[in-house]
Amino acid sequence: MPNEIFARQQEYAIGPVEQVPLGEGRAFEVLGLHVAVFRTRADRLFATQAACPHKEGPLADGMLGGSTIMCPLHDRSYDLVSGKEIGGACDLITYPIRREMDGTLMLTLPAPYTPAVG
Amino acid sequence: MSKRKLVVVGNGMAGARAVEEVLARGGGDLFDIVMFGDEPYGNYNRIMLSNILSGQQDYSEIYLNPLDWYAENGITLHAGARVEEIDRFGKYVVAANGVREEYDYLLIATGSRAFMPPIPGLHLDDKSLKPGVFGFRTIDDTIGMVAAAPGKKAVVIGGGLLGLEAARGLMTHGCDVTVVHLGKHLMDQQLDATAGAMLRTAMEKMGTTVLTETSTTAVLGTEKVEGLTFKDGTSLPCELLVVAAGIRPNAEIGTRAGLTVERAIVVDNHMRSVDDMNIYVVGECAQHRGMVYGLVAPLWDQAKVFADHVTERNRDAAYHGSKLATKLKVMGVELASMGITEPKDERDEIIQFQEPKKGTYKKLIVRDGRLVGGILLGDISKAAFLMQAFDRDSPLPDERLSLLFDLGAPSQKVTIDEMPTETQVCNCNGVSKASIGAAVAAGHRTLPAVMNATRAGKGCGSCKGLVGEVISWFAGGEIEEDPSIHYYVPCVPMKKQELIAAIKAQDLRSVSSVFAALAGGVEDPASKIPLASLLNTIWPGRYDDERDARFINDRVHGNIQKDGTFSVVPEMAGGVCTPAELMRIAQAAVKYDVPLVKLTGGQRIDLVGVKKEDLPGIWADIGMPAGHAWGKSYRTCKSCIGTDHCRFGLGDSMGLAQRIEKTFRAFSDSPGKMKLATAGCPRNCSEALIKDLGVVAIGDGKWELYVGGAGGSHVRKGDLLCTVDGEDAVMQVSGRFMQFYREDAKYKERTYTWVERIGMERVRAVVVDDSEGWGSRFDEEVAAAIAAYRDPWKDGEAPKTENQFRSLIPVEA
Repeated sequence: MPNEIFARQQEYAIGPVEQVPLGEGRAFEVLGLHVAVFRTRADRLFATQAACPHKEGPLADGMLGGSTIMCPLHDRSYDLVSGKEIGGACDLITYPIRREMDGTLMLTLPAPYTPAVG
Repeated sequence: MSKRKLVVVGNGMAGARAVEEVLARGGGDLFDIVMFGDEPYGNYNRIMLSNILSGQQDYSEIYLNPLDWYAENGITLHAGARVEEIDRFGKYVVAANGVREEYDYLLIATGSRAFMPPIPGLHLDDKSLKPGVFGFRTIDDTIGMVAAAPGKKAVVIGGGLLGLEAARGLMTHGCDVTVVHLGKHLMDQQLDATAGAMLRTAMEKMGTTVLTETSTTAVLGTEKVEGLTFKDGTSLPCELLVVAAGIRPNAEIGTRAGLTVERAIVVDNHMRSVDDMNIYVVGECAQHRGMVYGLVAPLWDQAKVFADHVTERNRDAAYHGSKLATKLKVMGVELASMGITEPKDERDEIIQFQEPKKGTYKKLIVRDGRLVGGILLGDISKAAFLMQAFDRDSPLPDERLSLLFDLGAPSQKVTIDEMPTETQVCNCNGVSKASIGAAVAAGHRTLPAVMNATRAGKGCGSCKGLVGEVISWFAGGEIEEDPSIHYYVPCVPMKKQELIAAIKAQDLRSVSSVFAALAGGVEDPASKIPLASLLNTIWPGRYDDERDARFINDRVHGNIQKDGTFSVVPEMAGGVCTPAELMRIAQAAVKYDVPLVKLTGGQRIDLVGVKKEDLPGIWADIGMPAGHAWGKSYRTCKSCIGTDHCRFGLGDSMGLAQRIEKTFRAFSDSPGKMKLATAGCPRNCSEALIKDLGVVAIGDGKWELYVGGAGGSHVRKGDLLCTVDGEDAVMQVSGRFMQFYREDAKYKERTYTWVERIGMERVRAVVVDDSEGWGSRFDEEVAAAIAAYRDPWKDGEAPKTENQFRSLIPVEA
């Protein structure tokens, strides 16, 4: 599990869930890190690295269905739950994401991205 | 060691090729090379003259080596200088213009000339050809014919390959053409009587008159050609006469130099004159073992032997003669011919197949299990295999039927057997035969499974058929058919027509409702796009356009680039825009710092590398509608300049292209992209013959419609669908054709594949003859699509979704 290498993690509020339309993804910049956030038609949320590991395609512009995302550049597909490439061995970094009762998106990032000065 | 001097007499295909071969063997360091050419041009590909005559190519396109090439390689060229004398003892040559060059080695490559039979009246009193009479051999002949041809009554003497090409070319210039042939049937060098008769039928269908066994006795007219008389006493008026009665080697120079000349200059196996160690001869002026070759393939072999020998790269290099096989297209008929055309020996067995209605004829002559002759007409799919077997004299498989037809696995096996394992099968994704083998060994037994495992066939898709064959080969013919390949989308087990019926019956208006009702609620991301396309085709204007079901290109109305930016291509109907529009495009490009401004193949301007954020602004600044340059949809209609300015124009191609664009841009979804073109005359400057739909003016308000053409990863000449009268008829038939395609083709199936799959007969029956009675419904669907059309760039003013035009949302953390 790639996420286990981060000893400390921190959760960030990145705004209302409506920023991401149903069935699509949007890319966010949080403290210099680019994260793709996906919201399925069933209103499930996922967050991954924004750039496809193959040729840095913008995953947020990809095709989303169930828990699969397909990159818009060369159709590489990934399972958003595990981050695993489907039919390949090139995996995505995933980040935990959830929503508050008021609809605010809460994204968990590894500690190295915490601001140095509080 | 000082350089020796190589003088080449003849600057045609033979001379130039021979010199190229010498240079390729380091000959530039060994020799000072001097070339003499009779014609005042650089060397050019004579074979392509027929394309120039038919308007498919321009003169500038057929030069093999531009004049720079001579300078770059240190070659002295005397163009327009005919060598008149060879002094073998003084070892020098003298040209008609007085230029004299000494040589150490001399290459004679003077080729041949059009043979002018001794027909009274062919020449004027001063021995020059009578005006209106042409050979078909040189650029000058062709220029003369093109200038004289339009609308004339023309006769071609000679029904061989060259004569038929001349006839085809003249037809494109609107000539009324008659081919007069002395032999019993057309192309008697390459075809037997049956094939010749079938070719004749095909030509007559295209409007050419053919007279066989007809001997011309005189050319009429005192100052110019006015007609011909024949041996049977009849006569035929004409204004243009092309003599294509064969060629004669230009061997006189050899005779004058005292070399042995029979039909041509006699050479040994090193392509050297049998009389002079320092004189080589290649091409049509050389006679080797009694043979004089008039085709280009033997010449390539001869040039190599000459070069090996003269550069001393290989003093044993020897030419052993060539076997004659040729593959060509005559008057739209594909044919291949090799070796003898009739059995010559008791042992010869004939294998024959004939289907006159389709114009298919196949005949092989086999001697002792080896191919000694063959004719393929109409269907030449087996030509590559047969020509190889003929050329190599290799033993034929016992299963004779497989020689004529592809019978699935066994015959495929021959070619894939021969394919080395490292051969790349999928060029887009670099997948080799071996990688596919590994995938099969790992248990992937269906085409989709192997494609997923290896990515083979997942680029442009043109290799999918071959990938399937390779899988089958590795699997020992046991390829499992994945039933899903017949489904419109893999997650709904229905063919396209079944799916359309189900969608209509259940009134499904959105992609999510299709998943819920027909796919068990499973959302397959790859299926969203084809489903959205289909729904928009079924319910124009009444479809619930869920943006997430659309590919990113259709969400932001531009083509995504490798760095995630987009291209902006405004509509430019018929390739025409106003100066004001051009200025707005330029100003927008400057304002938004567009990295690349490029002209597209479809005659528009592409602003490449625009950030997603900038799309609404740049669209507003340009103030032109979207050009639909991103999706599987109607794309654009190229056109030539038409009638207003072009001196050849027969129809207003530009106006028609604009009308087409303004109408069919409403086809914002289709199985594949549709690229169109209109041409104002059969010269086809807009390449209308290789478009999904091409419309060609032929005069008198008539237009020809060609469909299923392609000029991309696959190249295919479009099939003539029909000829119609007037632009309204063009619009109606085009609309029906495209609507039929939209409803019938599989997703991602381009028209060129679809037309071949369902057959032109079917397309013509439905679209032209309205055999199914769908015509008026098609017209209504077209009208509904037009009514529902909305310029997608209007999204710029009122985005359809949150953050539609944002590539990155900054978060204050």
